Amino acid sequence: MQELLSFITENLQMIYIVILMIFVGVEVIGHVPAVLHTPLMSGANAIHGVVIIGAILVMLHAEPDNILALSLGFVAVVFGTLNVVGGFVVTDRMLEMFKKKK
Amino acid sequence: MDFTLSIIYLIASITFVIGLKMLGHPETARRGNLVAAAGMTLAILGTIFLFDGEVSTKVYALIGIAIVIGTIIGWMVAKKVAMTKMPELVSMFNGMGGASAALIGLIEFPHYTGHPLQISVILAGMIIGSISFAGSIIAWSKLNGTMRKPIRLPKYNILNNVIILAIIAYAVYFVYSGSDNYLLVFAIFGAALLYGILFVIPIGGADMPVVISLLNSFTGLAAAFGGFLYDNMVMLTGGILVGSAGTILTFAMCKAMNRPLSNVIFGAFGGESATGESGSTTGGSIKKTNPSDTAILMNYANKVIIVPGYGLAVAQAQHVIHELEELLVSRGVEVKYAIHPVAGRMPGHMNVLLAESNVDYDRLSEMEDINPEFANTDVVLVVGANDVVNPAAHNDPSSPIYGMPILDVENAKTIIINKRSMKPGYAGIENELFFNQKTSMLFGDAKDALTKVLSELKNM
Repeated sequence: MQELLSFITENLQMIYIVILMIFVGVEVIGHVPAVLHTPLMSGANAIHGVVIIGAILVMLHAEPDNILALSLGFVAVVFGTLNVVGGFVVTDRMLEMFKKKK
Repeated sequence: MDFTLSIIYLIASITFVIGLKMLGHPETARRGNLVAAAGMTLAILGTIFLFDGEVSTKVYALIGIAIVIGTIIGWMVAKKVAMTKMPELVSMFNGMGGASAALIGLIEFPHYTGHPLQISVILAGMIIGSISFAGSIIAWSKLNGTMRKPIRLPKYNILNNVIILAIIAYAVYFVYSGSDNYLLVFAIFGAALLYGILFVIPIGGADMPVVISLLNSFTGLAAAFGGFLYDNMVMLTGGILVGSAGTILTFAMCKAMNRPLSNVIFGAFGGESATGESGSTTGGSIKKTNPSDTAILMNYANKVIIVPGYGLAVAQAQHVIHELEELLVSRGVEVKYAIHPVAGRMPGHMNVLLAESNVDYDRLSEMEDINPEFANTDVVLVVGANDVVNPAAHNDPSSPIYGMPILDVENAKTIIINKRSMKPGYAGIENELFFNQKTSMLFGDAKDALTKVLSELKNM
């Protein structure tokens, strides 16, 4: 319990961010036409590829002789990159098709 | 942390918010995507080059190689894949993100033993990431047809709940006991993967978009836990943003289908027994038609409404249908497309597809707008759609799709349905519309059948 309290006080800033970000997310998505649901989901999908930064940090922190961490980290970076690059490119391709109308 | 890097993360976080906002408007959507992509690139480069610590060249090289591999594969797959395969691709990429988050947890665990808070964050990220990964892979295989039928273990709802509760309880115990047993972490990882599989296999293919959207927000959450662990702002903001936006999107999709989320996840869509006895409605006989009759009918109609579905996408018939539509319009027929919000495999799927063949945006009508118009429509041409025009949603309370809003095509004077066969649609249920007296069936692949109709029309 003590630890939880100290966690809250130490990370107050983060907790603020989390709560505010939840509201931002809700606001940003509200009232989007159904037509754009798929590209929007795809775009959001690409954004959570930000997890790749964690994967890169894992590798940067890893000791050069820690084979397990390095190889798993390597796979994590590849997966993360797939998520980011693939996600943004697919979204762009979907949206490319909308551009000519109007 | 390096000051420049903090600023970079701040900028990246802002681009995510602005990008997502812009994605919500048709005019700005494409730029929004690029804005977010630019922010992401900046954040990644910053993380690599502004890292303050000793890093061997070998590690740098490995990171570089990993990124190059990921970029090449991701780029090629995303560029090459057919438009009809988009939904499953999104699912696959989502799974990759989840796997990445899970692996981070798996690797970081030994570095934080003795720090209960970090361990709980690691375990939470790992469990959610694994569920998202395994679930997405199942969703992917369901969408691409590898796994057609929902698989339901006996008492799967209870079983699944027991498993997830057991995982959570065990993780809590694990944190409390301060254990540093690495093998047990792998066990939790495996159990979470198993749960991800069991979570998705009972859900029918028609509900996959909702599931993918939900798993999408899961991955966001897993990324946010990573942000907590590393005190990394951009991971935190990006993750939470997607987690929250994804959840809202999930609800919006459920609303479009008029079904609560709990029904999608726990309720058996196309329930086991419900479909078995639907033979009662299939008593009638069907009427077949041919391309030339169809062409005549449409040529002399005042108003034609086209209802596109997944069959159109599979047959890549979007260009033919557009040609058909233009020809009819040039002969003075009023032509409109009726787009059901969940036609195809994902919301907006049909819009994307028809936009590809340059169909005028103004001819696409949403369900609420077009439904009153069916009554004064001469011909409705249903191309490869099934569940979204199934009247059982209105008048058969025992039907699994009962209550879902549908296109009221049965109000039209004549209905022509193009399908490859009498096979039921994705929800796996019969459609009494096919046996309606006003309905004629035009069997065949959408592209072949429509091409024939088109050439008949041209000869008139």
